[in-house]
Amino acid sequence: MTTDTAPAPLAEPVLEASGVVMRFGGLTAVNQVDLTVRQGEIVGLIGPNGAGKTTFFNCLTGLYVPTEGTVTYKGRVLPPKPHLVTEAGIARTFQNIRLFSNMTVLENVLVGRHTRTKEGLFSAILRGPGYRRAEQESRERAMELLEFCGLAAKSEHLARNLPYGEQRKLEIARALASEPGLLLLDEPTAGMNPQETRAAEELVFAIRDLGIAVLVIEHDMKFIFNLCDRTAVLVQGQKIVEGDRETVQNDERVVAAYLGEPLEGTTTATEADQ
Amino acid sequence: MTTTSHETTPVLRLPGTAALAATVAGGVLAAASAAMSWTWTDAFPGDLTYYGSPAGLQWLALAGGLLTVLLALASRALPGLRRLSPSGSNNGVLFAALGTLAVCWYSVIAITVQLDGLVNLDPGGWVSAVGSLLAVVGALGLPLDRRTAVQQPAVAWWWYLVAAVAAVLRYGLGEGWALNAVPTGVRPIVTENLWFFVALPAGIVGFKLWLLLNAWLRIGRIERPLPAARALPSWAEILVITAVFAVGLGVVEFGISTEYGELFIGFLLLVVFGTAALLSSGVIARLRELTVRHRAVTTGAAFAAAGAFPFTQSGETYVLIGANILIFATVALGLNVVVGLAGLLDLGYVAFLGVGAYAAALVSGSPYSVFRGVHVPFPVAALIGALAALVFGVVIGAPTLRLRGDYLAIVTLGFGEIFRIGMNNLDGKSGPSLTNGPNGIAAIPDVNLFGFDFGQPHDFGPVQLGKFGNYLLLMLVVTAIVVVVFGRVANSRIGRAWVAIREDETAAEAMGINGFRVKLIAFALGATLAGLAGAVQAHVSGAVSPDQYQFAGPVPPNSAFLLAAVILGGMGTISGPLVGAALLFLIPAKLQFLQSYQLLAFGIALILLMRFRPEGLIPNRRQQLEFHEADVPAQGGPVDDALTKAGA
Ligand SMILES: Nc1ncnc2c1ncn2[C@@H]1O[C@H](COP(=O)(O)OP(=O)(O)O)[C@@H](O)[C@H]1O
Ligand SMILES: [Mg+2]
Repeated sequence: MTTDTAPAPLAEPVLEASGVVMRFGGLTAVNQVDLTVRQGEIVGLIGPNGAGKTTFFNCLTGLYVPTEGTVTYKGRVLPPKPHLVTEAGIARTFQNIRLFSNMTVLENVLVGRHTRTKEGLFSAILRGPGYRRAEQESRERAMELLEFCGLAAKSEHLARNLPYGEQRKLEIARALASEPGLLLLDEPTAGMNPQETRAAEELVFAIRDLGIAVLVIEHDMKFIFNLCDRTAVLVQGQKIVEGDRETVQNDERVVAAYLGEPLEGTTTATEADQ
Repeated sequence: MTTTSHETTPVLRLPGTAALAATVAGGVLAAASAAMSWTWTDAFPGDLTYYGSPAGLQWLALAGGLLTVLLALASRALPGLRRLSPSGSNNGVLFAALGTLAVCWYSVIAITVQLDGLVNLDPGGWVSAVGSLLAVVGALGLPLDRRTAVQQPAVAWWWYLVAAVAAVLRYGLGEGWALNAVPTGVRPIVTENLWFFVALPAGIVGFKLWLLLNAWLRIGRIERPLPAARALPSWAEILVITAVFAVGLGVVEFGISTEYGELFIGFLLLVVFGTAALLSSGVIARLRELTVRHRAVTTGAAFAAAGAFPFTQSGETYVLIGANILIFATVALGLNVVVGLAGLLDLGYVAFLGVGAYAAALVSGSPYSVFRGVHVPFPVAALIGALAALVFGVVIGAPTLRLRGDYLAIVTLGFGEIFRIGMNNLDGKSGPSLTNGPNGIAAIPDVNLFGFDFGQPHDFGPVQLGKFGNYLLLMLVVTAIVVVVFGRVANSRIGRAWVAIREDETAAEAMGINGFRVKLIAFALGATLAGLAGAVQAHVSGAVSPDQYQFAGPVPPNSAFLLAAVILGGMGTISGPLVGAALLFLIPAKLQFLQSYQLLAFGIALILLMRFRPEGLIPNRRQQLEFHEADVPAQGGPVDDALTKAGA
């Protein structure tokens, strides 16, 4: 294993995954992966199709219960339930967009605020002043986020009627609404044109500036190397190398397993997973 | 899905003014025929023999004719009438004319068939038939919104063979020679179902005719953005809403109090075509804008109209129907929480109504209740009914809501039946004594609130309110509660969580929603609302018995009808299930004269509704939004993006 080459004064770790294994029957999709993400970092995760990147994400977010290994967030072991993971402070987007397509853009973001609000059934029926204040605050917060992601003008549109690039942005806004400490992005630029990709880059930097650590899966090497402080390479479920741009680009195993082969970006579109 | 293109052309090439003149003249003739005698004998129901005094079906001809004339003139932008046709489409004229044609020809044919011969027609009948036909011909000459091509599903040749064989068999069975070939054991089944040998070829030929007609007319729908409405002062808009609800009350009252089947069929024909006409002309979209702007006024007007209904009736028969419609509609709205918002397919929902009804009946002071001495005031009984249903909902929901989709549907179906069978068996013989078994709990005393006896008629100034009128108003209060609860919850944190779960459960969980918990809340709330309605139902019908709470049956409410009301009315809306339930209650009730064909006709009506309006009668706000944003193209997936990534 390559040694960690993160900046010298190590910040607090936000996410620590150690020895994560995920087996589906005989297939080991994720094999003994360790990964640490620290405060204020943008970490990239690359690898050929079917390498297990998305599966690893699912293990982190409680969608799958890892066969082995532990995941901790800010020192606390995460319970393997998606809603509890989100409540703890990890939010995610999906590789193939999973918006609530028949809800409006604003409503999508409001749903993202579910864990940060607590108005129950009775306060919704009674509509006391406390309820109205909370609802108002939620709406303001959601609108701020839409502003942040550049979607404010479309807040009343149905999510499914947004153009593709904006749907990706909305997914990010929705994830941010849960006020996460760590954001997991699964191929955020898949399906974007170069301008949109650049805008997405800006957005990720802006998110980092909010104090949110980011772990991002990507195929676009340029995007990854521009963005990330550190990149881990996953091949056939195993992390073969981790480090900065030079370390990764010069590693012959990466060249052999990944860069040497035809770029698999051409098959992204047909890939189906979470 | 292939996209179809549209054009605006007439079906019949007539000179423009001639087409309009024919439409108007036809409409006027049809309307005027209402003031003439249609038949000379009063043997036909409704007595259409008078000059100058319309009755029954003639009122419908009058309404249809007038609607046709008004829409036709509005399409020519006649000052003042422009508001009737904001979309500018002539299709509304055609639908109105078709509705008039349907009513007039249905009446004329019914008279001819029932009284045996055309000789029974008076001039009025002829005028109505000719006038309505003229209006349709004229309307076909107007520029209509049409598809440029219609996909023709083929009818395979052997279907015609089947039709021919069936027709020959029918003839043969009538003559007897074919019957001799049938084994004696099966003979009664065949002779009792001779209609099948007529219905089958009729269906096949009818379908082919429909295809031909469709290919010829090619009627389509062009989405035109409505021109901005000329602003009216607020009071005028409110006046319009009030007027619309007054008319609505009139229409519903006419429908509920139709006294004979022919009139109800005519009513249904006109309502269907009239609604289509108003939809095409854009009036309904306009009214929706108004109601959205004045939500409180609209709700108030709707409740006022419902509350005014019992005062317009002299007898109690139709008031009871009204009260039962309200019960059914309220329960359907409760089910809409579960199905429409949370997306949980509950096939045993009527059990919650039953739990509420039984619980309230047990403490109502009925002599048949095992708690004979217990007689609590009605509000307490209603609370007990709601709470019992809540508990039942949680008990059923907790184990089952971990299941998704089909499994949940099957388990709830099972629980619904378990409830009914359980109530049957808790009779002290097969099980503990609680429910009096199949006999149920009868003789439930009337509600008495603060000395107001709901069982007695009361005078309100000049009008009298009978027993069922009292209950209708009581039920209206419960409906109002359910409407408020639904409206508030649907648009709240928990309601959004339900919709999110319905849209994508995995994504919702990943957004921090505890799926099981919010689904259980939906289930429990739905159950509670049904239980509340059940408490009133027990008092309105005066008795509860297990067979009132079936999965499916000819009489609503049952689980299947409730679900149909929600889906047909419009999932996730308030007015949808209310309207859907009203129709689903009225149609079977009014089609009773069809006897054993009642459910068949009902089934056909449902199929037609699903065919022509799959999104439900009143699509929800979200679907409506989608409607408005049709110009925003939804872009495709990342299919063509491999190239941009190739530079990676
Ligand atoms: N739920 C599952 N059941 C069985 N196999 C799975 C499942 N999810 C993913 N896999 C398999 O795990 C491997 C890794 O998939 P994935 O994590 O989607 O790859 P990546 O996101 O890196 O392209 C693939 O071979 C995939 O078929
Ligand atoms: Mg993937």
